[in-house]
Amino acid sequence: MTAGAPALRTALRDAALSALVAFGLFVALIGLKLVPTDQGMTLQTRPWALAAIVVAVFVGRLALLGWRAWRPPGTAAPGRIAEGLTHAGRLVGPVFLLAALTLPLYGGRYMIDVGILVLTYVMLGWGLNIVVGLAGLLDLGYVAFYAVGAYSYALMAATFHLGFWTALPIAGLLAACWGVMLGFPVLRLRGDYLAIVTLAFGEIIRVVLINWTTLTGGPNGISDIPRPTLFGLRFVGSGDPDTFASFFHLEYSVTQRFVFLYYVILALALLTNWVSLRLRRLPLGRAWEALREDEIACRALGINVTITKLTAFAMGALFGGLAGAFFATRQGFVSPESFTFIESALVLSIVVLGGLGSQLGVALAALVMIGGSELFRDFDEYRMLIFGLALVIMMVLRPRGLIAGRTPSVALGKRREIAAELVAQGRG
Amino acid sequence: MAYALQQLINGISLGMIYGLIAVGYTMVYGIIGMINFAHGDIFMIGAFLSLIGLTVLGGVGIVSVPIALVVVLVVAAAITALYGWTVERVAYRPLRGSFRLAPLISAIGMSIVLQNFVQVSQGARDLNLQPMIRGGVSLMDEGGFVVQLSWMQVMISATTLVILAVFTWLVTRTRLGRAMRACEQDLKMASLLGIDTDRTISITFVIGAALATVAGMLFLLYYGSINFFIGFSAGIKAFTAAVLGGIGSLPGAVLGGLAIGLIESLWSGYASVPYKNVAAFSVLAIVLVFMPSGLLGRADIEKV
Repeated sequence: MTAGAPALRTALRDAALSALVAFGLFVALIGLKLVPTDQGMTLQTRPWALAAIVVAVFVGRLALLGWRAWRPPGTAAPGRIAEGLTHAGRLVGPVFLLAALTLPLYGGRYMIDVGILVLTYVMLGWGLNIVVGLAGLLDLGYVAFYAVGAYSYALMAATFHLGFWTALPIAGLLAACWGVMLGFPVLRLRGDYLAIVTLAFGEIIRVVLINWTTLTGGPNGISDIPRPTLFGLRFVGSGDPDTFASFFHLEYSVTQRFVFLYYVILALALLTNWVSLRLRRLPLGRAWEALREDEIACRALGINVTITKLTAFAMGALFGGLAGAFFATRQGFVSPESFTFIESALVLSIVVLGGLGSQLGVALAALVMIGGSELFRDFDEYRMLIFGLALVIMMVLRPRGLIAGRTPSVALGKRREIAAELVAQGRG
Repeated sequence: MAYALQQLINGISLGMIYGLIAVGYTMVYGIIGMINFAHGDIFMIGAFLSLIGLTVLGGVGIVSVPIALVVVLVVAAAITALYGWTVERVAYRPLRGSFRLAPLISAIGMSIVLQNFVQVSQGARDLNLQPMIRGGVSLMDEGGFVVQLSWMQVMISATTLVILAVFTWLVTRTRLGRAMRACEQDLKMASLLGIDTDRTISITFVIGAALATVAGMLFLLYYGSINFFIGFSAGIKAFTAAVLGGIGSLPGAVLGGLAIGLIESLWSGYASVPYKNVAAFSVLAIVLVFMPSGLLGRADIEKV
């Protein structure tokens, strides 16, 4: 290659510039560490850490430039994989479902535990998908409904001694009511105004949970939340006749409860999926999608925008509330710490990364994000750092999400995939 | 009366800091229409850099407070400006022209990165600074309640006003400001008319980060205690201020900042401290219900 030498020189200069920027960025924050002492602050120097990161940036930039120059023309690899996934959706969905259904057969207790966590987020993602993906309303305070569900269940169980299966639908309905209540004032708002107000609602609910000590126990939360039962059979090892183990003459093991919880959340998540898939075919669901595509056209066609938006908020909140109730019973304990903005951000990023509106995409994104961050459990300190980086990188590589294209809910004649670029994201 | 005056003074000082951060949000929003979630964390980094700088200067024996403050401010602002530039370059520029949720998620990711980077590199503990600017004047004495106006509060207001004056001059009178306003009105048209839009956007981020550093330093000097998490709540509050004032409007950002600061301090003074955020957010929701584009914002007219 004749162009090799100048190209290399440009690349080297580019990498050196990046290293220089990295030096500027990290010289104070990595090169120096503040150490509090009795007299005030002293500084500790870390030249090697600084040097290492600057070299890493130099090499990394060079490698990136090299890869960009030499990679074969055509779509980038992540793009191809995702395209493949989009088309293989029919096949991938059932395979995942089967894998999820049989997980307790081959997975150990840890796997089941992670599975429960992932499925909780899958359910939250599918719930928020109704609001953001279908109706196109940007909700940054989804955690509010999760919190309402969790605390409703916790309070009902602790105060009125209601069982899980009685309290679960009530918690969901209460959350849905909150969805409507919070939805009302924001009906006129659009875009980022809506986003900030929903974010504010999420924060308000958290602050109230922390400070209304007499009801919510304040920062200490509510503990001793009863575990769910299977038709009244408890999952404890006491040997009483009303425990699961003695009723079925099994040896008690703690895994039984985990397996049961796993199937409960799997059922709840599948319920969410089924309901949203069915709703999409009803006039209501079509109205949601129409609202996302063009609100003005919606009004012109006589769709009641108020009702449409409120039902979207209510349905999203309902599933958030159900997931919250499940969260409370799984933990046996709720506290405001679990309901911070970062949870809302996490669920929203699962929805966006999944490809707004795609059910399978959301499930995949939850698996990648939550399962992936479980892999880094041992690097606790760096876990969120890696998580944030992954979020940025994935967004830059796949701004439309993992599964971007969509099959229309209703079609005249043959149902064809709609390219991502043609699907509006809503302005509400 | 005296008590109210004191709360008013405290509220204005707090509001000025929020206003400075809010200007960064509103500028970025005005130009590329995205919520720069990482801006609050840039503010936090500015506060950390100021503390590091002051400690370094203290270590080498520079004792003159004004010189130390100016030097540290300039260096810290330069480094945070680099952060602002890098964040835009790495996380937002590749997503320019993409649909609107992608930069939002990328910004949330960047905010998580910055927050945890500082936590990992500087620790999670609260770091304290000895008060550097002491004293003040008593304005009023009413039945033993003395209304204090500390020099620190004077400095906050003075710095903010000077910075905002310079900034207003920059936006309204210079070539760069004209380019920024042109980009704000129509990015595509501006680039057709020969404005380097990428450069203008980069500069917007750089200026926003520098203003956030001023806010971060004032915050550090005023409260004397920082940790890696201060960016989140200050950022949310400043963004609330920007929205309250009408996002995209510079005077609106300052007005919104003052409003949020005053609501917070008056609510803390007369009702309850824990619920001050609830008060601020509730006022935001109520104002937006009646004025959906904020106090000074332009109405969002959709053309079909």
